[in-house]
Amino acid sequence: MIDVAEVSCRIHGTEILAPATLRIPDGQITALIGPNGAGKSTLLRLIGRIAPLQSGRVSIDGLDLAGTASDRLARQMAFLGQSTALASRLRVGELVAFGRWPHCHGRPGPDDRAAVAAALAEFGLVGLAGRFMDELSGGQAQRAHLAMAAAQDTPWLLLDEPMNNLDLAHARTLMEALARRRAQGGSALVVLHDLNFAAGWADRVVAMKAGRIHAEGTPDEVLTSDILSDLYDTPIEVGRHRGRPLVLHHM
Amino acid sequence: MSPERISPDRTGLRLAVLTLLLLVAVLGWLFQGLAGNRAFILGLRLDRLQALALIGAAVAVATVLFQTVAQNRILTPSIMGFDALYVMVQTLAVAGLGITGYTTLPAGAKFLAEAALMTAMAVMLFGTLLGRGGGGANDIGRTILTGVILGILFRSAASLGARLLDPNAYAVVQAVSFANFGKPAAGLTLWAAAIVVPAIAVALWLGPRLDVLGLGRERAVSLGLGHRRLVVGVLVLVAVLVAASTALVGPVTFFGLIVAGLAQALFPGAPHRVRLCAAMLLACLMLIGGQWLFERGLGQRATLSVVIEFAGGLMFLALLLKGRLR
Repeated sequence: MIDVAEVSCRIHGTEILAPATLRIPDGQITALIGPNGAGKSTLLRLIGRIAPLQSGRVSIDGLDLAGTASDRLARQMAFLGQSTALASRLRVGELVAFGRWPHCHGRPGPDDRAAVAAALAEFGLVGLAGRFMDELSGGQAQRAHLAMAAAQDTPWLLLDEPMNNLDLAHARTLMEALARRRAQGGSALVVLHDLNFAAGWADRVVAMKAGRIHAEGTPDEVLTSDILSDLYDTPIEVGRHRGRPLVLHHM
Repeated sequence: MSPERISPDRTGLRLAVLTLLLLVAVLGWLFQGLAGNRAFILGLRLDRLQALALIGAAVAVATVLFQTVAQNRILTPSIMGFDALYVMVQTLAVAGLGITGYTTLPAGAKFLAEAALMTAMAVMLFGTLLGRGGGGANDIGRTILTGVILGILFRSAASLGARLLDPNAYAVVQAVSFANFGKPAAGLTLWAAAIVVPAIAVALWLGPRLDVLGLGRERAVSLGLGHRRLVVGVLVLVAVLVAASTALVGPVTFFGLIVAGLAQALFPGAPHRVRLCAAMLLACLMLIGGQWLFERGLGQRATLSVVIEFAGGLMFLALLLKGRLR
């Protein structure tokens, strides 16, 4: 479980995230939704210790973020941000192999090689393993970064808008991969803009607006017309499809 | 994990060719035209060979490390104002001590003091800046920008100090303000080696961590790297190496850019240990082979430092025009 207690963030005096308290259960896919500037990425970066904690406390599976060594936390959670830009010139296979760093620190064993091969296969990258990253399309690069996070093989995956640049089929492949991890006890906290992916795959949804947690609960509880219309300040209808919410915003 | 390379054979072959070329240059430098008092001349050539190798290795490693930290292949440590600080210190020392006082300073003590001063500046600058705001990604940019501004300040202070000097003292300052590969500072080789060799050993030891660092702050933190501590440590290494090379031959602006760029071009995507070794081999090859060519082949009718800086400047422009800012 990720335990967020009174965590807040200010940048140059402006409140980006009001003191937030949240419990994110393990073994589930939790979607963070909300309009631009809601504080979703900030919250995710604070949990992922990419941004330093200014106040409050975060613990992940009982490990306090402030008091736990970084390499220990790297075996507990993998973080993937929005940017896929790389200064280093790397091949896809090499990038994905870096995901094993927390486990082998540069001395890969058979398990590490197997994990890299599995991650490449899971994201359809076997044929691209020898290609340089700067020769890939945006979607292929995004899949390579996702495979690197998967190769880290951590109980938690923290993904910030992982659908960026992905086509529909690969977006679905990603959600299926998260579902497979969930079936094996894995957990994911994912910032999503496509609400139907949250509706179709998430176990819990946390809605944020203006730096505050607006609503949280199951998809059925949060993905309602009233909550979403209020969240995005635009009329949104919600239907049902195969027993799950179906968000309609193009009517 | 340290990335598995696609063609390790080719990497080994290229490193072997570079090593072979360097060996030829070393033998040529040492033995071509050896006549008269052979032992004495060989001793002199060996001293200079050691100095050139130290300078080459120090500049190469400092530049590769700096580019990794800065996440930018067009930057060199000189942009942080280290060279300008060195010139300012020399100017102030000549102004304060006079020509006689300056030229009679014990070489070893002067060298260590300069290295300590430049390292202290690096620690103060990087430690302070990177410690603020939690070490976010922008702090590297802010640190470099501050270095650029400090460089301008140091150059201005050196220029002001130079205006106050008499022409003879000014000539002394000028002599140490530009790189001179032909005459490395005498008596400093051992002092420099005592600093440069351990610093390079540490850099090579850090190689796999540098590979992770090269992925950028966000990914490095996610993979469990102590990012801020490593960045500060690497920048201190850069300061030590730049201080040593600058004290030996004076400020070098573009040489590092050439060797780091060539190493990257010859070994694309190679891990840091390979790139560091390649950059060192290339730097030593250019300096020793270049000095060999310019001294024995061209009979001192041209200056290596001018050619290197000119070629480096062209490469800098080419990189800029090609838009390879990262």
